[in-house]
Amino acid sequence: MSSRFRANLTIIAAAGLVLSACDREERHSRSKPIGETVPAGQSPDTIYPGSGTPPPLDARAKLYDNNAPAIAEGQRLYMQMNCVGCHFHGGGGMGPPLMDDEWRYGGRIDQIAATIAEGRPNGMPAWRGKLTDDQIWQLAAYVRTLSGQPSKDAVASRSEEMSNTTPQTLTPREPTKTSDTAEQ
Amino acid sequence: MRRRVRPGIALVTLVLGGCSIQNYQSIYGNAAAEAQQFNALFIIFLVICAIMYVLVIGFLIAGIVRRSRAEPANVVEDGRHHETNPLLRPGLIGWGALIGTGLVALAIASFFADRSMANAAAHEKLAIDITANQWWWDVTYNSADVSKSLRTANELHLPVGVPVRIRLHSNDVIHSFWVPSLAGKQDLIPGRDNDITIMPTKVGIYRGQCAEFCGTQHAKMALVVNVDSYGDFIKWWRHQLQDAPTPTTPLAMSGYQYVTTHQCSLCHNIAGTPASATVGPDLTHLASRRSIAAGALPMSKGNLYGWVEDPQSIKPGAKMPTIGLEPKELHAVVAYLETLK
Repeated sequence: MSSRFRANLTIIAAAGLVLSACDREERHSRSKPIGETVPAGQSPDTIYPGSGTPPPLDARAKLYDNNAPAIAEGQRLYMQMNCVGCHFHGGGGMGPPLMDDEWRYGGRIDQIAATIAEGRPNGMPAWRGKLTDDQIWQLAAYVRTLSGQPSKDAVASRSEEMSNTTPQTLTPREPTKTSDTAEQ
Repeated sequence: MRRRVRPGIALVTLVLGGCSIQNYQSIYGNAAAEAQQFNALFIIFLVICAIMYVLVIGFLIAGIVRRSRAEPANVVEDGRHHETNPLLRPGLIGWGALIGTGLVALAIASFFADRSMANAAAHEKLAIDITANQWWWDVTYNSADVSKSLRTANELHLPVGVPVRIRLHSNDVIHSFWVPSLAGKQDLIPGRDNDITIMPTKVGIYRGQCAEFCGTQHAKMALVVNVDSYGDFIKWWRHQLQDAPTPTTPLAMSGYQYVTTHQCSLCHNIAGTPASATVGPDLTHLASRRSIAAGALPMSKGNLYGWVEDPQSIKPGAKMPTIGLEPKELHAVVAYLETLK
């Protein structure tokens, strides 16, 4: 066995090792709803308008944020559950816009999920008990794409609806800030 | 002797294996005018192509045998072969004529099959819309009187002897509508309207299936087609137009409460109740259908329990989420669903 051959073999083995660390994105279909399998963190339900420190991120956030299947399912639900009726495709109408940098009730994924689940004053209905936890988190994952929060490789390159704006992958990332000053 | 018989038996078994006496789902099915046209066309093509195939192979073998006899001159290559064999020239002309005639015959046969199908399409008596979804069929019967239009799912009822035009749409990806016993395949393409005309000629139950790979549950996307007599069809239509019956038992009543106020009502429609969403299959007369979950399971109490409690283990990836009902809720929901006759 020549030393060159041995070196090549080592490189191949190393490459194999490195590649074996690659993992497919997880899809949860057979399991119980994720709300039941992962212990929920502190409730992100408390509203922090502008000041104070919000609670630590919910443990479920990392399962849904930047998860392409979750975002795609969220996109279907966004149309099917008629979020479009008030928020349009992010531009806002009867409901506030979702593509800008202002988040009245927090722009973190767990805060958005809490907003969807519990509802908010002035018209946002509560979806707890109507959608499953899984679906609420998928929706929250999709809502974050409207302001360009997730990494671009998780987002579908084109939207489902007719659109005259930039492709979803080119949506600029907005800084998330809560707006205690915004008019209600 | 025995050595000769064995392959013969094997061959006969193979050929007989191709025979199918049931018309349930068969590409040789003949339960509709379209399928009969296709079958006739298939036989014409088969016979003509078989004759030509046998002739070509015969000439090929003859050529090989002739060549190996090692005749003195290689007559074809020198361009004077017609001098050595007076039959060759008329033979070649006849061969060309035979190919021409065969092709023209095939073209004429398919022209007439096409024309008779187009003719049937022009005399449509009933228009049905089918929208394919991942992974189920949404069926809408249209009537000039809107109050007589109806929506159902995963089950198609057709009257015998009536040309029906089925318009095909898709909500997500490309699917394909295929009821082999009745007609050929036709794709359902998102953003585009396709159609297919069927005139069933035999009363019976047939199975259709999605014939274009459309995602993980493509295999469990089936459709039951009931071809009824005209009277039965009208009776079925009238029945389907009725609202869901009000539950009578306390158990079914609490199931009604759950279904209309919780997750179910967000996607499903049950006519005559507050559940009126259009995202999922219509459940108004669910219990009158032969199968659930687009042919994934036959309709039965046990299967309903399994499906409602954990759809994701029966059809992983299906859009119906696993809600995780408590046993009490599950009993009630299934009791209510069973009343939806």
